[in-house]
Amino acid sequence: MKAPEVKDLYVNAVGLAAPGLHGWAQARQILSGAQPWAALPEAPYAPQLLPPNERRRAPAGVRQAFRAAEDAQSACAMDFSQLAAVFASSDSDLTVMDRINCALSEPVRAVSPTDFHNSVHNAASGYWSIAASCRLPTTAVGGYDGSFAMGLLEAAALVHGDGFGVLLVAFDVPPPPLLRASRPLSCAASIALVLGDAPGPGTLALLRLSLADEAESLLSDAALENLRQGNPALRGLPLLCAIARGGSTRLVLPHVPGCNVMLEVAAA
Amino acid sequence: MKPLAISHYTVTTACGRGKAALLDALRSGRSGLRHGQFEAGAMDGWFGAVDALDQPLAPEHAAWDCRVNRLLAAALQQDGFIPAVAALRQRYGAARIGVFVGTSTSGVQQAELAYRDRDRSGGRLPDWFDYSRSQSIHVPAEFARLLLGLGGCCMSISTACSSSAKVFAAAARAIRAGLCDAAVVGGVDSLCLTTLYGFNSLQLVSADICRPADLRRKGISIGEAGGFAIVDPAASADGPALLGYGESGDAHHMSTPDPEGRGAQAAMQAALARAGVAPAAVDYINLHGTATQANDLAEDRAVCAVFGDAVPCSSTKGWSGHTLGAAGMVEAAIAMLCIEHGLIPQSLNTLDLDPQLRGAVVRQALHTRVDRVLSNSFGFGGSNCSLLFGRPA
Repeated sequence: MKAPEVKDLYVNAVGLAAPGLHGWAQARQILSGAQPWAALPEAPYAPQLLPPNERRRAPAGVRQAFRAAEDAQSACAMDFSQLAAVFASSDSDLTVMDRINCALSEPVRAVSPTDFHNSVHNAASGYWSIAASCRLPTTAVGGYDGSFAMGLLEAAALVHGDGFGVLLVAFDVPPPPLLRASRPLSCAASIALVLGDAPGPGTLALLRLSLADEAESLLSDAALENLRQGNPALRGLPLLCAIARGGSTRLVLPHVPGCNVMLEVAAA
Repeated sequence: MKPLAISHYTVTTACGRGKAALLDALRSGRSGLRHGQFEAGAMDGWFGAVDALDQPLAPEHAAWDCRVNRLLAAALQQDGFIPAVAALRQRYGAARIGVFVGTSTSGVQQAELAYRDRDRSGGRLPDWFDYSRSQSIHVPAEFARLLLGLGGCCMSISTACSSSAKVFAAAARAIRAGLCDAAVVGGVDSLCLTTLYGFNSLQLVSADICRPADLRRKGISIGEAGGFAIVDPAASADGPALLGYGESGDAHHMSTPDPEGRGAQAAMQAALARAGVAPAAVDYINLHGTATQANDLAEDRAVCAVFGDAVPCSSTKGWSGHTLGAAGMVEAAIAMLCIEHGLIPQSLNTLDLDPQLRGAVVRQALHTRVDRVLSNSFGFGGSNCSLLFGRPA
């Protein structure tokens, strides 16, 4: 396959929320191999940026998305209202869909209006637009297990095609019991990246992106590989490991059959 | 931006399969909306249903069988679209053609059926339910990729009712960024109880046929549709082209538009700026025009703030119903039909124009040269997208 000409992307901040990986500042020690991963579940989280009404209504998927986005923001001097935003999620929030589908299977079919407005795949991007007072383009994509790479491609297109700095947030939360057999995710997780066409004060890495029909990269650490496979957002974990280690790494993220995303990651 | 040629397009709505059926309906004022029930026992109302979706998919695609995929497969069969993609594949190679599909609910109807059919004592969904080939938001794009034999990058966009307007923007920037050389874009959404009872819970579904811009408008009529287009930067420049696009967020509320329409204004202004086109050079505005009280009023304010009150505008939801995640694609197709056939459609079903609306709502179809059409699509979460189509010259 001919390598496309895509300009370099700068990673200007990272956010992370996953079991045992509680924020980028703590997690980078683990992802670099300096400390072992331990299975510490995350405490419940209330998004800080949301106004009280929206905070009350925000479902678990939205909270998980905000957790990584707010982690990235905490270490970044940028004005997040001036970043376009891409929210990438396979399933958004199946607990909301489950409540709606249960209601629809009863004779009265009483769907909750709050559940309905939370059921849209772009719920997280809508709440984000409100929370960050962001009127720039925000979008929501979903690519099943390739969601992280799909979000990264849309972010790259927004940076190099449209000239925006971009907040990319990949997130997913496990489904409720009825859907676990259909969609077995092992944990809730989210990753946020602030991407741009120029370095900033806290730039962490430089990405060279191309499309390739090559097998996705696995992680050598068994515990981290287990996490990677347990949540579509964590298909981005090899990239975060490469950033945490520094140096230069070549890796492949899963996108769609026959077309994965190859990244050459260099320390900034 | 440089105009991006749209070399082929097709659309299937309640008005019929293929673009000729929609054009004929637009010309004759024939609505595709019918009164009845989407399924036995469900609330009745006005629906824009596509006929004959009760046939299962061909045996080789049986694993993908669900209403949204049947609609998608039917839409791709029209207007010589599949042969046109085959020719595109010859020119660029399958790996350099991106697929960008918008949907709001994908195959959630299959989940509705599975929940009804579940084992309530054991808490299990039936074995036939396959989340990854029905409900997942990524299903229409993946199925389109399979049917079209394409192997390049892929984007499933789901931003409620702006989903399949945003595919044009996503494809344009992906081409500019070098992720693909050409693109197939599209949108599809099928009727389901989730949207019917969901919008009804917000009191946004009209018991009467939807009447955009009408003084007594009571809300939407839900429709279903599928449509696709080929974005080919190297195509000859005599057909319709995407001249510009603009996207914005309302930063206001999850399910109510900003009453001042500031986000909508920003989307329209960005589309004009990207195209380098002045507001006065736009011949027709195809409104989002859902026929809810809040949408039509906020959109009118936004349109008048950007364009003044003289540019002819109308909603075409009276023909197709609100096809939700497919609406952007349906109305992109209408914009291109208007340009190719010199038509400005009327605001169908509007009886008494709401005097609060200041825009130039078209009451009788105009037959005139149309060079540029702006199409608005706005969705829950305050997701706005405006597309500008025109002749490239």
